[in-house]
Amino acid sequence: MDDLAQTPLYDLHVELGAKMVPFAGYSMPVQYPLGVMKEHLHCRAQAGLFDVSHMGQVILSGDSWDAVALAFERLVPMDVLGLEDGRQRYGFFTNDAGGIEDDLMFARRGDDLFVVVNAACKVADVARMRAALEPEITVTEITDRALIALQGPGAVDVVAAMDGRAADMRFMDVRDLDLGGVPVWASRSGYTGEDGFEISVPEAQAEALVRKLLDHEAVEPIGLGARDSLRLEAGLCLYGHDISAGTTPIEGALIWAIQKVRRDGGDRAGGFPGSAVILEQLSGGAGHKRVGLLPEGRAPMREGTPLYDAETEGAPVGQVTSGGFGPSVGGPVAMGYVSQNLSDVGTSLWGEVRGKRLPVTVAKLPFVAPNFKR
Amino acid sequence: MKFTEEHEWLREEDGEMVVGITIHAAEQLGDVVFVELPEEGTTVSKDDEVVVIESVKAASDILAPVDGEITEVNSALADNPGMVNDDPQGEAWFFKMKISDESQMADFMDEAGYQKFIG
Repeated sequence: MDDLAQTPLYDLHVELGAKMVPFAGYSMPVQYPLGVMKEHLHCRAQAGLFDVSHMGQVILSGDSWDAVALAFERLVPMDVLGLEDGRQRYGFFTNDAGGIEDDLMFARRGDDLFVVVNAACKVADVARMRAALEPEITVTEITDRALIALQGPGAVDVVAAMDGRAADMRFMDVRDLDLGGVPVWASRSGYTGEDGFEISVPEAQAEALVRKLLDHEAVEPIGLGARDSLRLEAGLCLYGHDISAGTTPIEGALIWAIQKVRRDGGDRAGGFPGSAVILEQLSGGAGHKRVGLLPEGRAPMREGTPLYDAETEGAPVGQVTSGGFGPSVGGPVAMGYVSQNLSDVGTSLWGEVRGKRLPVTVAKLPFVAPNFKR
Repeated sequence: MKFTEEHEWLREEDGEMVVGITIHAAEQLGDVVFVELPEEGTTVSKDDEVVVIESVKAASDILAPVDGEITEVNSALADNPGMVNDDPQGEAWFFKMKISDESQMADFMDEAGYQKFIG
């Protein structure tokens, strides 16, 4: 455990009785004494507090917003230029083969772009941005701020009680707030399918702020275990599992994240890594596709479970990339890749679990209705 | 009640052994969401995988503690796997078995021995 990094909230996790596990080079809480199932259900019912300080926070700055946005558009197939001040979008870095190098959130803060990337990819992401954008754009990795998420239907009341300006933020708005004297960068977003906030806070004040949030009756700390089941029920991808350098956005069913202006016929079509492959697949489709999967019985179908289109014999037609028990669904849920011709909702397939093929149906994502404040 | 190093308990009842997992094992597993039980009448050898337990975290196998025949399974667990967390050493037994070789019981620990084993 010696070489694992710690977030500014490490001591607090230990004090709260968290079970700490290695994750992306950090010692992170996988669960607290409440346990994964109750943490998950608590977050959907009230509010859950997550430490996501292991994720990378990066600021891109340059001569003007246009310069920053157009530079970043060289790395992602998103409309960055059209992002209004105080708004955030989901996006991903692509590679020359059209694969996804990482997925991310980017927000416009004045003329700067604030990017949040996955912990496991952050070193590569920062290197990629520096190589492609410097010296025109200054790439600054923020290492003195923690990142926390407060998620669930009760989150807004907790945050708004500390700064009323939080109340009228809409989904994907970003705003500077003052939470009891602590200046934070807040976004109304998250990765659970619930309403809530992600809050970037100076590391020296992170623990005090989190203690204050946890003082609320409605708020419980939530570990990585429940974070995974929450995002799976919400149909959200886990990078390195549901999407990777070997899957394109079309295969990953993330077409919605590529705005029209970057597609064929758009004003700034293409111009990102792998654009030839991605634009071609946008019109022609891909051979296989990420779908939701609802196992019929109670047995979870976990990552790696092979999928078949028949109860006996035949070669696999796909496999599960994320799967487990969905506490809010009350049964197993999964997502995975299947051949394009088997990707329609309602298609009957079989997943092989411990040598037995069990029925599973292609299902609509998300498994739980999102609760965003649009 | 006797305990195995695989964190199972065995309790004699009407000439048969009732088998389950310990409180310690249930705590380690986390919330149990699925239990797959063997068929009644199955003849098993010590260390055969007889039960699959899935928790929110992962799948684990329960091994037959001794040679014998599975005479009864606790089918209530299939519908309510959470019983394993609520009452692992009581209501949430997994199966009963008829033992074929009593001498295999000699290896097992008593409660105090098991407490020491798990530290």
